[in-house]
Amino acid sequence: MEEPRRNLLRWLLGGGLSASLISFLYPAFKFMNPPDIPEASVNEVSAGKVQDLKPNTGKIVKFGSLPVLLVRTTETEWSAFSAVCTHLNCTVQYKESSHQIWCACHNGLYNLNGQVVSGPPPHPLEAYSVHIRGDEVVVSRRA
Amino acid sequence: MASATEPPQQQGGWLEERLGLAAIRAFLAHKTVPVHAHTLWYYFGGITLFLFTIQVMTGTLLLLYYRPSPAEAYESVQFIVTRVQFGWLIRSIHSWSANLMILSAFIHMFSVVFLRAFRRPRELTWLSGIALLGLALAFGFSGYLLPWNTVSYFATKVGTDMAAAVPVVGHNMARFLRGGNDVGGATLTRFFGFHVAVLPGITTMLLLAHLALVQKHGMSSPRWAVEEYRRKGQSVPQMPFFPNFFLRELMAWYAALGVLGSLAAIFPWELGLKADPFAPAPAGIRPEWYFLAPFYTLKLIPSHVLVFEGELVGLAGFGLLALWWVALPFWAVDRKGVERTRWVTGAGVVLLAYLATFSALGYWR
Repeated sequence: MEEPRRNLLRWLLGGGLSASLISFLYPAFKFMNPPDIPEASVNEVSAGKVQDLKPNTGKIVKFGSLPVLLVRTTETEWSAFSAVCTHLNCTVQYKESSHQIWCACHNGLYNLNGQVVSGPPPHPLEAYSVHIRGDEVVVSRRA
Repeated sequence: MASATEPPQQQGGWLEERLGLAAIRAFLAHKTVPVHAHTLWYYFGGITLFLFTIQVMTGTLLLLYYRPSPAEAYESVQFIVTRVQFGWLIRSIHSWSANLMILSAFIHMFSVVFLRAFRRPRELTWLSGIALLGLALAFGFSGYLLPWNTVSYFATKVGTDMAAAVPVVGHNMARFLRGGNDVGGATLTRFFGFHVAVLPGITTMLLLAHLALVQKHGMSSPRWAVEEYRRKGQSVPQMPFFPNFFLRELMAWYAALGVLGSLAAIFPWELGLKADPFAPAPAGIRPEWYFLAPFYTLKLIPSHVLVFEGELVGLAGFGLLALWWVALPFWAVDRKGVERTRWVTGAGVVLLAYLATFSALGYWR
């Protein structure tokens, strides 16, 4: 009779302590997990005037919270891609000498279609659309 | 005349009665350090500890001016190094000391491997030491972001994105580290919290455990030294820890301080350019020297290895390598208890060669 009672008390004490510990740790754990902050969806941004970007040059454009690389390849040809390297998240740049997109972090190279040419990136860069409205360059998300 | 309730005054005076200094003196008198051809390597654990205390002191001073927000972090460090008296020196010492501490910890670890100081019953000392090295690297990684400059920003993007590549839990791990979906103000605040509160707390507890284990088991003598003296019918000579070894250790700390002060004064740590999340990663970007080997390895791994993405393969490789290294004391002896001496030496040499070669390639290529 004594032993089962002792066991029951052990279980109650152990269970109570474990439950207390979980009730302390659970809120702390949830607190450390950052909340989702909804951002206004951006579908189109103005990237400046046509004359601001010379042929065979590129620049980073703010697309909401994302960097987008806008490239003016010739007088009339434009392209835009997500500037986030698909390898480890660095920001890419346009390399004028080789007409390619380059990530300086791990030497990843993409062509002007956003396809991987060499290096460690596993996927192509996401492409964006470029429109000229008057003398304004507009970058938009592809449908 | 003393009352009946008051104990008689002990010999040694007021402090002796309250602190029991005689017990500490007796303890120190019994602690010894083996003397043999490789005694020199025993100093690196102490030097690492010394540099850690420098980190705590200079870090505390930097806290007086540093502000952990993207709008102010860079400017506050700029203020420290340009306007605050000796600010450049304190910051430079903090940065150089961090690097020297990690170098000293690596030397300490490899000396433990080559002297086989991890042998039974010191497995837990090894494990706690490896965990401390991991914490030192975490200190380096979290502290690197705090000045909020271009190099540190991209290093953090890459580092946290590596966490994201871990299957199943990676996304949540990266979010936990960044405090959101990308590196930004929330990451800086978080890294600041890790750097000045979470990591120091854990490190202090683990350091005490590590030192207690070193205390419990004493300093390990290499087997060949034990054998050599046994053949002569002797045991390995010992030096009293206090004051003999302690004074020598103090001289080693003084030398380390000299090296640290010279480096900090002659080569003040640069601040670089302020981080711009909408600027491309600059050419020639690379992490701190102790992350160069994995950095260069990731550069070499192609985009896909068979059906797996290259970064996942790299991450799995680093994980397995770390696990194998952590488990060293457990595979260093076979089932019959015979030491796999050649395996351990070979593993140590190969790892050292990999780290040295790939770090050099990562720096120059």
